[in-house]
Amino acid sequence: MRITQGCFSFLPDLTDEQIKSQVQYCLDNGWAVNIEFTDDPHPRNTYWEMWGLPMFDLRDAAGIMKELGDCRRVYGDRYIRISGFDSSHGWESVRISFIVNRPKEEPGFRLDRQEAVGRNIRYTTRAYAADRPEGERYQS
Amino acid sequence: MAHPNLQAVGREGSGESVPSSIDLRQEFDAVEIAPILAQLDRELIGLLPVKSRIREIASLLLVERIRRKMSLANTYPTLHMSFTGNPGTGKTTVAMRMAGILHRLGFVRRGHVISVTRDDLVGQYIGHTAPKTKEILKKAMGGVLFIDEAYYLYRPENERDYGQEAIEILLQVMEAQREDLVVVLAGYRDRMERFFQSNPGFRSRIAHHIDFPDYSEAELLAIAELMLVEQNYRFSPEARDAFTRYIALRKTQPLFSNARSIRNALDRIRLRQANRIVAHLDRVLTSDELMAIEANDVLASRVFSGGFDKERTEP
Repeated sequence: MRITQGCFSFLPDLTDEQIKSQVQYCLDNGWAVNIEFTDDPHPRNTYWEMWGLPMFDLRDAAGIMKELGDCRRVYGDRYIRISGFDSSHGWESVRISFIVNRPKEEPGFRLDRQEAVGRNIRYTTRAYAADRPEGERYQS
Repeated sequence: MAHPNLQAVGREGSGESVPSSIDLRQEFDAVEIAPILAQLDRELIGLLPVKSRIREIASLLLVERIRRKMSLANTYPTLHMSFTGNPGTGKTTVAMRMAGILHRLGFVRRGHVISVTRDDLVGQYIGHTAPKTKEILKKAMGGVLFIDEAYYLYRPENERDYGQEAIEILLQVMEAQREDLVVVLAGYRDRMERFFQSNPGFRSRIAHHIDFPDYSEAELLAIAELMLVEQNYRFSPEARDAFTRYIALRKTQPLFSNARSIRNALDRIRLRQANRIVAHLDRVLTSDELMAIEANDVLASRVFSGGFDKERTEP
């Protein structure tokens, strides 16, 4: 099951050229660009690991694309996303976030139903990938 | 690489066709490089060898640009440069202009200049240097990285110096990401020469070595007058004579650093002029009086009484 989250999630995966122009858009707006990665695909998993520090004061996307290349070399089998943080007063939050790398196979989620009191049903989702320990989840 | 202007010409007809002839004049005007070169001529006094080298480089890049358009060139030219010369000869100023020229011609994408020294590149403990250097390189991407006094990166007397690590990262990026940034090394002539001898990798990766000559006395006077005009001051005729003598004397004294010394001298002259004006409070000032610098403002300098003016900021 293809995970969708953040911007452009219903488009086909962005090419490097497209990623580059999105990153350039962030930089032109003065946002700090971050590269984050994770191997826990659950939608409530908001805090991903950061690849290096947020990149402030950059002018050109080439530096970030190089970092992304480095991150892919190490964590190419995980999800990687790029986010742009706007530090200007009143915003002070992430303005854009999109997935730039995903595992080759995404096993998807299992829906668990729990019968509770009064014939209520509680639903919960579990990622099949999360059955394996962290770091081994997408290794085939 | 994105060339915004590049698509303007030669796109008529069948889509991506390669033009077989190009109007040189049109091409020259399209990149608007003539105003930058004219500004360089106007605002930089002297430096004739430097200006002619920049013209040569600009022509080369223009031709290279056209060749790329006609699909005759497929390699990216090496643009890294080294500027050598005494202090105050305009190396930083020229680097800024160079960034503008490269930007107009589409050889750097943003045209900003990041000016760094050893402290910005080299870390203080093991593992500190590489992230620090990479951080700076990332900031310089799409523009020009200006490394002032580059020879301090290499300290042969300490074999465990972290400078070597910064040099290796620099060399690697200078080779692998030539499209993304242009590195300009600057420093004194003799020390740069020694630096290149001990780091042959640098010499071979740098295409343009530009030497900045010292200014003549007449050029220094012209520089002084240009600086004054920019700040809305002017010399009285006697003050100009006095300043001519000042330059001749100052050149023979230690720690002389060309245009920078002139600027410092002018700052102190303005100080004395202000002091002279404020000394007589009960009167009406005209703008002429506020602009005029008199001989006494110049002659009060310690240069005339044997000692040189202290320039603490000098390296």
